Order: sequence, then C-alpha cells, then structure tokens
Amino acid sequence: MDLLDKKLLTMIQSDFPVANKPYQVIGDMLDISEAEVIDRIKRLKEAGIIRRIGGVFDSRKLGYYSTLCALKVSEEEIEKIAAIVNAIPGVTHNYVRNHAYNMWFTLIGPSKEEVDNTIKDLKRKIKVKEIMNLPAVNFFKVRVKFDLYQQCK
Amino acid sequence: MEVTELDKKIIRLLQEDLPICAEPYKQIAKELAMEEEELLNKIQQYVDYGIIRRLGAVLRHRKAGITANAMVVWGVESPRIAEVGKSMAMFPEVTHCYERSTYPDWPYNLFTMIHANSKEDCYEIADKLSKTFDISNYQLLFSSEELKKTSMKYF
Repeated sequence: MDLLDKKLLTMIQSDFPVANKPYQVIGDMLDISEAEVIDRIKRLKEAGIIRRIGGVFDSRKLGYYSTLCALKVSEEEIEKIAAIVNAIPGVTHNYVRNHAYNMWFTLIGPSKEEVDNTIKDLKRKIKVKEIMNLPAVNFFKVRVKFDLYQQCK
Repeated sequence: MEVTELDKKIIRLLQEDLPICAEPYKQIAKELAMEEEELLNKIQQYVDYGIIRRLGAVLRHRKAGITANAMVVWGVESPRIAEVGKSMAMFPEVTHCYERSTYPDWPYNLFTMIHANSKEDCYEIADKLSKTFDISNYQLLFSSEELKKTSMKYF
C-alpha cells in the first residue's frame, strides 16, 4: 500500500458518495482520475484489505435485537463448539479471547425473544450450563473507521 | 422511518457488495427495476435517518495494518457510568463503547474496543484511560483467534 492507498482507504470507510458517479467524486477529492480510483479499489479488494463496499446498518433502527455472549470452552472443544456457534446466521463475530470466558460472539436476531431462544437452543446443543448474555444497555459509541493516513505522518 | 417492502429489497442489495464500476448505483437500480435517482434519494434517506450507520469500505483491519485490538472492560461505579462512558467514547483510539449488565463472576459494566498497531500500544492506551478516569478495576481481552467475522444479512 502506498500513501495514496492509505488516504483513499481512510476516506472511503464512511461517507461513500451517494452520487451517479461515486468513484469520479472520490477521484476529484484526491486529484486522481476516476479510472485510477477504480483500479486502486479493485486492487485493494483483490489483496483482501477491503472486505466489501456497502452499507453497515443500525440493527436497532431496522427493528433487530443484538447482544454479546461469552462462554467458557475447553481448549479441545473450541473447534467443535465454534462450528456450532458459527452456523447460526445471526452470529456475525466470534473471537477467542484470553480470559476464563474465552469465546465471545455477537448475536443479532429479529427480536429479543428469538435471540433468547437461540441462546437457549445453543446451550442445549453444546451442553454448557451458562452462556453469559450481555446486551448493551447504553450505547456511547460505535465507530469502526481506521485512520491509516494519520499513522504514516 | 417505517421500513417498507421496497426498502427491504434495497437494503438486501446494499448489505452486499457495491459494484466497482463507474455507475454502481445505476446497476443496482436496474436490478430493482427503479430509477437511479429514486434509489439515490432512498439511500440518502437511510443515511440521514441513521439506518445506514456507515456507507463505504469495510476493511479487514489486520490486513490493513491495524494488527492489535483489545476489548477493554471496566468496572465503573454505577453513578459515574454515563459520564465515564460518554467521555471515553471521545478518545479516538476507542472505537466502541457500551454499557452492559454484570454477572456474579463478571463485574465489568463498561466495554470499550481499542484498536492500535501493537499490543503494547493497547496496554498504554488502557493505562492512560485508567489514570484519566481513576478506574483501577479493568482488564484487556485480546483476541487470539478470529473464528467468524461477517456482516449481518437483514431481511
């Protein structure tokens, strides 16, 4: 990645232009051609740095319910249990973390009832007594935008 | 804003991948059998109403060089939580900040995500926050393995 890639990536993580020719608008801001913007974005996608370009939605505003869950899994069982957890469509993130509660996943569903039922079913399937269910009660910030450009200065 | 059947159709496409061609919205509008201008108005409306939290590139941040992320959990006395939560959220290194319930063996009620270039930087940032807010009861949970990461498919 060169500096222009980093500038481009920092810019297009939010406020992607809602315009007939968005890549032209981005090019104008960076003082490069529309074709170059398209080439660079294609390359960054092929390199796997850009996962996708699109909308990230506010689940609550769409009427969905979300929560964070944590459970304690033995080292040997991580793979097996992860496969069962990950098969749930509403599980969007799942990480192993360094704590007694070592498996952390996010779960989104159409309602609180459905999410609670999913957790209940999961408990039965993986035969654990406790899944810690931690829905947010207050949202102070959600912002996943990384400034790759500032870091180089 | 009420989400109509047309909105759902549009959202289903916007949660996928925008085509990388000169006129990507025109292509989507064609798939939806609607006018491009109408689609652009709809999308702008979603952005204005906050239904779309963010429109743009979703990165694989590890590949983009942001290699360390820590979930830092804090035990904050209840009367202070709103004030501390709002203030922590102002730090640029903090990308997420939520209050969550506690459990008998889980005393931490404030969750922050910190993204940095190294684990050491994460520790430093957490230490800075701990001193700033005078909270000594906290832990850093680093992810050692990513088991799943996708975008939610609504509707």
